[in-house]
Amino acid sequence: MTVHRPDEAENVAAVLARVAGRHFGGAAAIERLRRESGGASRQTWSFDAIVDGARHELILRRDPPTLGAPRTKVETDRSVSIDRATEFRVLRAAFQAGVRAPEVLFELAPGDGLGEGFVMRRIGGTAIARKLLRDSPYDSARRKIASQLGEILARLHAVPAAGLPPLTRREAADHIAGQRRALDLLDRPQPVFELALSWLDRRKPAPTATPVLVHGDYRTGNYLADESGVTAILDWEGAHLGDPLEDLGWLCVKSWRFGAVDKPAGGFGSREELWSAYERAGGIRVDPARAHWWEVFGTVRWGIICHNQAWRHLSGAIKSMELASIGRRAVETEVDLLQLLKAKA
Amino acid sequence: MAQDHPTASELLSAIADFLREEATPALDKAEPRLGFQMRVAVNSLAILERETRLGPAADAAEQARLVELLGHDGTLEDLNRELARQLRVGTRDQGDAALMAHLQATIADKIAIANPKWR
Repeated sequence: MTVHRPDEAENVAAVLARVAGRHFGGAAAIERLRRESGGASRQTWSFDAIVDGARHELILRRDPPTLGAPRTKVETDRSVSIDRATEFRVLRAAFQAGVRAPEVLFELAPGDGLGEGFVMRRIGGTAIARKLLRDSPYDSARRKIASQLGEILARLHAVPAAGLPPLTRREAADHIAGQRRALDLLDRPQPVFELALSWLDRRKPAPTATPVLVHGDYRTGNYLADESGVTAILDWEGAHLGDPLEDLGWLCVKSWRFGAVDKPAGGFGSREELWSAYERAGGIRVDPARAHWWEVFGTVRWGIICHNQAWRHLSGAIKSMELASIGRRAVETEVDLLQLLKAKA
Repeated sequence: MAQDHPTASELLSAIADFLREEATPALDKAEPRLGFQMRVAVNSLAILERETRLGPAADAAEQARLVELLGHDGTLEDLNRELARQLRVGTRDQGDAALMAHLQATIADKIAIANPKWR
């Protein structure tokens, strides 16, 4: 985490007043501006724009202008992420197709000086798993979230290709190659991840006949929910084309249950509940073996992400105790992998 | 030369207890974001405390198992590299009972240090 400087916030506010004025067609006053989260390279800001007495509750997503940072392993790790311009177009297509996603409004222009990014409407709810899983306001939402996630995902996978920007297609074999490359870059021997990747390689599903829009990071912590349940799917930077079961498997990775280990669907329900809601809402028939394959893959993927996060600190790219400490979470996925492989050798 | 008491483990415990019980509540009131970071720090200190106690024996046991499994001596790092390579190319897989017993034992020791509550 970087401590943001007051002059950064002032600069962001000044530019937002100009670009919001341009979009809404009138002088805009910016209120309640604050940095929400994220690292130094990808920022989320929350703010209100007051134009002609109307208050617009908004979010800015941006990558600040870079100063030509050196190439690191981190960049390689991130090369699978889409840029903000592509994210804007994916979000727009998803929203128009009826996916519960934030409504994007406009993009920053290069001359605005805020880097690459866009502005979207702010949506109520919390993304904090601990609150959703334990706090009383969410008692009734908790019973609905698993099936809501299935329904929303069916709609997401049905977003028409025609409305989407060009996206990389990544099938099972590409993902395995990518994770092996990541391990090679980290350059530390990882027998359990190697075992799991070879297990996956021998059983990998055939490429999909018709690749769909895959969210790529569809999990608890990456959607907003309120007392009524899920309000919006966030964090679309992993979007690509591929196997719809990838998202279903990732959602069920044990790390996304945040302690509710007996509820595989993101900590809120059973796999079967998730799958049947997905199928009822128009998703393809879920083959349990294929879903299991993607859950095993997702577990490997999160473990290697843990190492990459630690590497962002260790390489000197970002000084962060929090990132450093994530390296020691990788072993959690090794425990899970040995259980998963034992369950279905 | 041996250090005086407290041992590394005892000193790490004392620091973690102080930060958890006294510093964190004060920080939560003053600056919640730092309170969260402090919890991360306290958790990392607890990992280090367990590692100073359990790490050396775990490493020695892991190396002994690898020597047995691979049939020759070597550093922990080199032996793990060799095993990782065998698993990548597929000359060993999960059908190998001795391999699986080794990995189960290694990961059990690692999680006992990193996060003993994980299940």
